[in-house]
Amino acid sequence: MRTEIFLIIMGMATVTFLTRFTPVAIFRKTGVPLWFERWMKHVPTGILTALIIPALLLPKGHLDISIENHYLLAGMVAVMATYLFRNIIVSMSLGLAVMVSLRWLGV
Amino acid sequence: MERLQRIFQHIPITSEFWVGVWDSVPLTIGVVPFGITCGIMALTAGLTAGEALLMSTCVFAGASQFVAITMLGAGVSGWSLIVFTTLLINIRHLLMGASLAPYIMRLPISVQALLSFGMVDETYAITIDRIHKKGYSANYQLGANTAFYSVWILSTAVGVLLSGYITDPLAWGLDFAMPAIFLAMLIPRLINSTAVVVCGVAALVAIMGALYLPGKWYIILACLSATVVGGLLEGEEQHAN
Repeated sequence: MRTEIFLIIMGMATVTFLTRFTPVAIFRKTGVPLWFERWMKHVPTGILTALIIPALLLPKGHLDISIENHYLLAGMVAVMATYLFRNIIVSMSLGLAVMVSLRWLGV
Repeated sequence: MERLQRIFQHIPITSEFWVGVWDSVPLTIGVVPFGITCGIMALTAGLTAGEALLMSTCVFAGASQFVAITMLGAGVSGWSLIVFTTLLINIRHLLMGASLAPYIMRLPISVQALLSFGMVDETYAITIDRIHKKGYSANYQLGANTAFYSVWILSTAVGVLLSGYITDPLAWGLDFAMPAIFLAMLIPRLINSTAVVVCGVAALVAIMGALYLPGKWYIILACLSATVVGGLLEGEEQHAN
């Protein structure tokens, strides 16, 4: 193991841990103020949306709203599956099945 | 070892831990192609197998690992440049950590540190989904973290071993698993008009951000705008009541 690479990895590990732990460290002594908790209420919806939408609409970095976009098609199947079955694993499996078949059939 | 035992005294390995593990195992299929790619890329960029595995074990953050490996492969080896880039890519965790903070506030600091170490996009999503459905459980979160952490390291190892035999695991289509899982978690949250508006704002800002901003800034910006809009709408509702 090269020292230079080892130090880079340790540096990366430290800053990554800090991004995950800092909010907890800030509030550990004082507790989370109520106003802050109220504002944080919508973070889950915001994060989930921000992780999903670009993955479906811009899979290659540019906006692609067409039937050529396999991610969009498979995403619509996953949405329908969620409304019908309300089960994460079912949505994932059906979405993946569509995705993989579109890929391998070369549609 | 004794230290580790002391940490686990506060989180007894109960059935909730295993529920977290078993709920997560099927979902880990989404990170496997990324872990394999990470291993392959690391060797291609000139890292040793040990260095690749050390990175996945200590950093546990896919996107920033890809970027760091690409930089090293391109001959960039400045410590501060790579570490600062890692910080920028992972700064979105601040928001996730802040939104989980109220739930883990009362736990001992060692447990808080352990849970924070394992908080990645996927385990965060699984934890908030559990909160939404049944309430928070530290054991459950630790179970989810353990499942994803193990799979991340194992799939990096597979990538290191199979480097040269497989070319591009991301072309298989399995990378769609994560957006599909997140969709199945998002939809049950859209139960009132505030949630729908928040989602719409986040979607628009995410698209614009992904088009015009570098890196992962679109996630932070989308989430912040969604939070502000959501907070303001709730404030108005309270006024109306």
